[in-house]
Amino acid sequence: MSAALIVDLGLTLLILGLGVWTVAARSNNGAVVGYIAYGLLVALVWVRLAAVDVALTEAAIGSGLTGLLLLGVATRLPRSARLTRPPTGLGTRLLAGFLSAAVAGGLAAVVLLLPDPAPTLAPSVAANLPATGLGNPVTGVLIAFRAIDTLLESVVLVFAIIGVWSLAPKDGWGERPGWLRPAPLGSALTLLAQLLPPIGILVGIHLFWTGATAPGGAFQGGAVLAAMWVLAMIAGLARPPAVSRRWLRLMLVAGPALFLTVGIAGIWLAGAFLAYPVAYAKPLILVIEAALTLSIAAALGLLLAGPPEHPSAAERQP
Amino acid sequence: MTLALTLFTLIAISLGAIFFLAGTVGLLRFPDTLTRLHALTKADNLGLGLIVLGLLPQVDWPVGGLKLIAVWLVVLLAGATVGQLMAKAARSDAWNGSTDLEPPR
Amino acid sequence: MSSVTLFGLCGAALVGLGLYGLIVLPGALRRIIAFNLLGSGVFLLFGVIARRGGGVIAGTGSDPVPQALIITGLVVAFAATALAVALLRRLLQETGRDDWDEDERSDR
Repeated sequence: MSAALIVDLGLTLLILGLGVWTVAARSNNGAVVGYIAYGLLVALVWVRLAAVDVALTEAAIGSGLTGLLLLGVATRLPRSARLTRPPTGLGTRLLAGFLSAAVAGGLAAVVLLLPDPAPTLAPSVAANLPATGLGNPVTGVLIAFRAIDTLLESVVLVFAIIGVWSLAPKDGWGERPGWLRPAPLGSALTLLAQLLPPIGILVGIHLFWTGATAPGGAFQGGAVLAAMWVLAMIAGLARPPAVSRRWLRLMLVAGPALFLTVGIAGIWLAGAFLAYPVAYAKPLILVIEAALTLSIAAALGLLLAGPPEHPSAAERQP
Repeated sequence: MTLALTLFTLIAISLGAIFFLAGTVGLLRFPDTLTRLHALTKADNLGLGLIVLGLLPQVDWPVGGLKLIAVWLVVLLAGATVGQLMAKAARSDAWNGSTDLEPPR
Repeated sequence: MSSVTLFGLCGAALVGLGLYGLIVLPGALRRIIAFNLLGSGVFLLFGVIARRGGGVIAGTGSDPVPQALIITGLVVAFAATALAVALLRRLLQETGRDDWDEDERSDR
């Protein structure tokens, strides 16, 4: 057994342990904190699987932003109701356990029986990557070879915003989002929110820019930018913008709209939807990525800021 | 020269790992939130500092080295802030008659 | 056994764990977490398949196509989680409860 395998085994056991903890923990806060730690460890697994782009996304979105979202709701859950609730019956638990184990066993068998040599699209990507002018194959797949996925995904983010905003209370429409009210936590948080954003914004732009040749890209960069925005909102240094603002809505749709426009122009200029003329591929991709980064940052930040609420709703809430 | 640098790296990283181990033991064994935070922040600051110090001879200068130092500084800032915030939360809980961050059983 | 297979088995176990939590746990928040656990297991399985198909391009050891799908999946999972949390918070606002109890509804 090699040293690397021992480390990986330890990592796997830690992840499974934390996974069991998030399911079995008595308190909701405990489960959420366990999930955040779990996400960070899974990011390490992505590094071990040579998927650094995914590791960055997992750490930023899967652990960081999701963790904030879950913590925000966990602290608001009534403490008494969840403790008095009767647990699921033993029969149901046994049946669910049996069926879940069967699914896990089936998947484990699939993992053990995977064909050898493994089917792969890596050679095709490597052969066609020079045409895009990019050096990072993952960015190449995201923005050129499977551009349709990325386009639809950026639209999904806009749909999610529409869904969240639709849950606004009756008198809340057009007001500012209500989840990220400044916490009365004092000067340490204010100091962090003053010092960190300049660094964080630089890191976000660097991640977007370096994504052309190295791990990084629009999603990772956008997530870091969104985190800086959210930090400023929690510390009370920036207020979430009212959802009726036109500039905000334009910012949300700028990325998908530009992506779609270039995609449709590709029908005439390059002979297919979402195809780029080879001579302009690199600049076009960079412009699309820049607009996407901005829209993704706005969408992620607004998803964390929640639906709009009437200013007086703060006093009504527990 | 290379051997000396490698040896330096090994020693510094091992020391850093010992600080992390001590911090973790402290986190598990200390009696209340404030002392646990003390153990945790010590591990972050010194442990990570030593690991970064040990890695410095192994990366290319100046970009790689400066990035490592920047990572350490940002972790220091974040660790210090989070320590302050958690201590504050723990103290306000203590005033309400409970030092336990878990809900009452 | 190789590390890649080990992570694959870990992904399979996480899918089972998430599925169990999704069915059994009371309370919407815990089910949302379990759902994310399930998704994370699926992503790990994808990552294992990507790693097995990698090693062709210099500098990357993993097939970029599944990697791109995982990144897309992570962002969509976050969007779905945000929507679920928004629904839960609205439910809390309206009823003060974090669950929908069938028995109670029939009592009313």
